[in-house]
Amino acid sequence: MSETSFSDTAAGNGAAVEAMVDVRSVSRTFHRGRTPVPVLKDLTLRMEKGEFLALMGPSGSGKSTLLNLIAGLDRPTGGEVIVGGSPIHRLSERKLAGWRSRNIGFVFQFSNLLGALSAERNVAVPLLLTSFSARERRRRVEIALEIVGLSERGKHRPRELSGGEQQRVGIARALVNDPMLLVCDEPTGDLDRATSGEILDLLVALNRDHGKTILMVTHDPVAAERASRTLHLEDGRLAECGHDGTVVVPVHEPAGAAV
Amino acid sequence: MSSFTLISAALRRKKTRTFLTFSSVVFAFLIFGVLSMLQTAFSMGAEIANEDRLVVRHRVSLFQLLPQSYEADMEEIPGVVDAMHMTWFGGVYQDPSNFFMQSPVEPAEYLDMYPEISVPDEAKLRWIETRNGAIAGRALVERLGWEVGDRIPIQPTIWRQAGRGDDAWEFELVGVYDADVEGFDQTQFLFRYDFFDEARSFGRGQVGWFMVRIADPDRAPEIAAAIDGTFRNSAAETKSESEGAFAAGFANQVGNLGLIVTSILAAVFFTILLVAGNTMAQSVRERIGEIGLLKALGFTGVRVQRLVLMESVTLVTTAGFLGMVLAVGLERVLRPALSAYFPGLFLRPEDLLIGLGLAVATGLVVGIFPARRAMRLETALALRRL
Repeated sequence: MSETSFSDTAAGNGAAVEAMVDVRSVSRTFHRGRTPVPVLKDLTLRMEKGEFLALMGPSGSGKSTLLNLIAGLDRPTGGEVIVGGSPIHRLSERKLAGWRSRNIGFVFQFSNLLGALSAERNVAVPLLLTSFSARERRRRVEIALEIVGLSERGKHRPRELSGGEQQRVGIARALVNDPMLLVCDEPTGDLDRATSGEILDLLVALNRDHGKTILMVTHDPVAAERASRTLHLEDGRLAECGHDGTVVVPVHEPAGAAV
Repeated sequence: MSSFTLISAALRRKKTRTFLTFSSVVFAFLIFGVLSMLQTAFSMGAEIANEDRLVVRHRVSLFQLLPQSYEADMEEIPGVVDAMHMTWFGGVYQDPSNFFMQSPVEPAEYLDMYPEISVPDEAKLRWIETRNGAIAGRALVERLGWEVGDRIPIQPTIWRQAGRGDDAWEFELVGVYDADVEGFDQTQFLFRYDFFDEARSFGRGQVGWFMVRIADPDRAPEIAAAIDGTFRNSAAETKSESEGAFAAGFANQVGNLGLIVTSILAAVFFTILLVAGNTMAQSVRERIGEIGLLKALGFTGVRVQRLVLMESVTLVTTAGFLGMVLAVGLERVLRPALSAYFPGLFLRPEDLLIGLGLAVATGLVVGIFPARRAMRLETALALRRL
């Protein structure tokens, strides 16, 4: 087992063909009073294991809604969401919470660390939901902090860390349970260009060297360029983009087809 | 690291607010402790009262005298085992602020009637040998710095000595009594009735009240009625009641203390519910994003609810415990100073337990609504507040 990974299942970028995310004809409608507001419309998306996918689109296009559905934070109005082989749209709230704790790592725009806890304790929060021994928990926290390059900063409180370091701690927290899917919602949205570059380098390394499947929502075309594929969401529908931002293929393939 | 780490982090999030809420709860429980002490002090007489003792006093008032000869009459009534008398002396030692209860008694009868107190055999002998001998409770002796053998002058306010005007009565302290029962008055000054009766300027053969021991406590009402019946239509009719009822009636002269204490405590705890409840509600409102984050990480709604509830219980229970500790400290300070007026001034273990139970219950009540709100928060919506 590698010293900087939790297990020996890491795979290189592009080596996998297995579907990690299979979203089939999903729709999601909210209600404003009695008025239905459809946000996602018959959307189909397939994401392979080991892929680094960027999701772009204007505000209100449904990016976060789609992210929430794939991460098990919300349920579709119609259609199916299968992640890692599990039909998560069918799971109860309680089972879904357990599934998230084991399989999903969240990275948010703001690191949202608990100010009263040290970096290593913040990283250890998801481990409260596991039955790992204290020793195993320490080992995992050490590895996660090492992966994000903050081994020496574990004892520091968030206020003693820079914005980029705080975001790295947030990423370490997302990694500590060795999730199969990293879900990043505008991970560089609150950072300057140089720090954003460092965080994106880290995400690319996690994808390339540790085999992490990553789904990233971003407004930033520069950030999207670092992903292996970019999808554009507009008015609740998907289109694939070239790295110059132009839409190249409307995404309307049937479920199971590679986009 | 455990769930308590998260609770501790939440409480340290707004230190000033937590400190202020914590302090208000500490003071609430300090008030609870002090009021419990006061209530105990006033009700102790009734609580430690012996079920097999009756108090027989003048029907009109405790301060009207009764013939001492009633004692023999009462001892003839079926069910009465023994009777003895006491009289309010009401003298002053050096200064009126040195208040303590003084009474003439028949030494042997008194000691038989009150097995709760213990007097060394040597002191008993000295008391019987010494006509102006007196014994005093340990607390009184320690408070006034007396020693056995001291001459104790008591200035009369009611009972003057025949032919001696306002001269002080002079007693010799022959012994000190201790009480085996917590709360028993250890500030009494007891001297011999025969010495008192011969020397007083008026009222010979008259006493204040009688203590009557009965064979069967279950027959107390019946025997009390028999005693009162015996002296009906006499010049000095009696009123007999159990020692507990007598003590409770005496305490109630101050007012319905139980109701007063309960009312104050209800007001205090209602305020605490509002203060601590507001703190918890505000705390959860400010942490909606954080709670959303925990849920996203896999914490179930029930687990989040438990965390918030434990946070509230930890805050209130810790503060309540500290408040009770301070109350115990205050008791240590107040008790020696006020024992002359309130012999039963102490915090009972059961009051401490009630206080801790109340703290846990308050923590639960205060936390339940914010906790339920936290449980019901939709994760995706809560995350928008990050």
